[in-house]
Amino acid sequence: MDWNERMIRKLTLKKYKDGTTGALFVLPYVLAFLVFITIPVLMGMLLSFTYFNLLDAPRFIGFTNFISIFTSDSIFMQQIVPNTITFAVVVGPVGYLLGFFLAWLLAQIPHRLRTILTLVIYSPSLTAGVAMAVMWRIIFSGDEAGYLNAILLSLNLIDSPIQWLANPDYLMTIMIVVTLWSSMGIGFLAMLAGVLNINPELFEAAYVDGMTSKLQEIFYITIPSMKPQMLFGAVMSLVATFNAGSIGVLLSGQNPTPQNAGQLIVTHIDDYGFIRFDMGYAAALSIILLLMVYLFSKVAYRLFGEKD
Amino acid sequence: MANYFGTRMNPKHFHISQWRFLIILIPVAIFMGLPIVYIFNHAFKPLVELFEWPPRFFVQNPTFDNFIDLFAVTSSTGIPMSRYLFNSLLITSLTVFASIVIGSLAGFALSKLEFRFKATLLWVNNIAIMFVGASVSIPRYLVIEQLGLIDSFWVHIIPGLAIPVGLFLIKQFIDQIPRDLIEASRVDGANNLQIYWYVILPLIKPAIATIAIVAFQSVWNNTEVSNLFINDESLKTFAFYMTTLTTTGNTVAGQGMAAAASLIMFIPNLVIFVILQKNVMNTMIHSGIK
Repeated sequence: MDWNERMIRKLTLKKYKDGTTGALFVLPYVLAFLVFITIPVLMGMLLSFTYFNLLDAPRFIGFTNFISIFTSDSIFMQQIVPNTITFAVVVGPVGYLLGFFLAWLLAQIPHRLRTILTLVIYSPSLTAGVAMAVMWRIIFSGDEAGYLNAILLSLNLIDSPIQWLANPDYLMTIMIVVTLWSSMGIGFLAMLAGVLNINPELFEAAYVDGMTSKLQEIFYITIPSMKPQMLFGAVMSLVATFNAGSIGVLLSGQNPTPQNAGQLIVTHIDDYGFIRFDMGYAAALSIILLLMVYLFSKVAYRLFGEKD
Repeated sequence: MANYFGTRMNPKHFHISQWRFLIILIPVAIFMGLPIVYIFNHAFKPLVELFEWPPRFFVQNPTFDNFIDLFAVTSSTGIPMSRYLFNSLLITSLTVFASIVIGSLAGFALSKLEFRFKATLLWVNNIAIMFVGASVSIPRYLVIEQLGLIDSFWVHIIPGLAIPVGLFLIKQFIDQIPRDLIEASRVDGANNLQIYWYVILPLIKPAIATIAIVAFQSVWNNTEVSNLFINDESLKTFAFYMTTLTTTGNTVAGQGMAAAASLIMFIPNLVIFVILQKNVMNTMIHSGIK
């Protein structure tokens, strides 16, 4: 750029460097963010060191909540943690890999067909949660009018209807299927956009250089070229997985779920917070949950991040 | 290259070799779409078919009875269904509008303006993308209680206004607008608000569409607020009302209405996404975290 242009840039930058408008523009967002995200998180941290039942003032009890979570909450250690890990490990990575795989497949078909199939695959996440929990409850209904029962009965695969949602043996599997079904959300769309945006010459060049298999291509070209979208997708599926925690309660219609079979940390928190009114204990559980999410996301950043 | 067998992304035309992709995609799409087809059928089934055994998947004699029942029924507390629907529509439109304004202003400032704590704010927001809202429902409850928002109409709207993912996507999108464009407008005498209105807003329509969808989905489908923060039945939402249709009382008779209600819940989601999907895909190109 020539001297003239540089001078103009310098002058204009100086004039607007005061930054009042910038600060003013972010103010509404910052206020909403502080009040409904930052303060609750900080309060959660403080509350986790107290006993608080909503009626009396919180009483400081140090690490007691954390100690009892790990030593005397037998449900937590024996059921909630294994359930949460099973659920998170299956739904998170499987949903994520499935999202990438479907995006990769979709990128290789023509535009119109792709739009339709993408819409169908994405649509369950549009209604995630409520609307679907209602429908799934009818499908898995425990009497013989439930769809799944009716199909299995008419095929003579079972003799009497199965209480799908009240039976601890099935609840977790059903939760995982339903969550996976609705997990092709915004991260999936990001990965699709990422695949579509890769420079096609890269692929051709790679084959000229002697690349021989699709698998090599995925690992050496496709994924490295869309790392940022892969990371965004990973973070999104992580958040979605932990946010989906109440699916067991939605499906079975009770908290705690039958024999705690579908109980995850999120529903355990609600159980203590809103049913037993032990807010300090519930807050300690929330902190553990937030730490878990943070640790998992660190792993994702390790895998796909460019710096850090 | 005659024997080029590498990947052809975004092909222009259908070619028979694409069967390999379709053989996986079509069954997946059927599995994903089935429950939605099922709602459509269930919602239009007359009572006889709802009770039929074995149940049929497809409707034989479609009727609007379920919708008529749904609109005629009043909840046990005497609130008509239309009231819940009205609440949901009003709450959703206000929230979507407000989050667009708040998110785009903040995105513009974070991307193109200089101010104190900008770097900190960006850093905090990037961490907050992985914030799991469900984990702090209790302190959030206490904050809302302290602010006197319990049983207030605004509790549906205000707590959902800061959407870290939405801000992230808008900011990423504005990042690709050249700085020169903004400086040129400054030289022409535009102030920041004018730049926002005349330069930025028209250019970031795709990102706005995306934040609109994100905000829409989180509000329209939300039952938590009605469940936790609202005791006054007349301020609850349609999504909440829908959950009461099958959880209380006669589930089979409620099924038809629940399906009709699910359909009413689902259709706006679908329509909005179909209209805006091109914009969303456009925004997603810039969604990467670096």
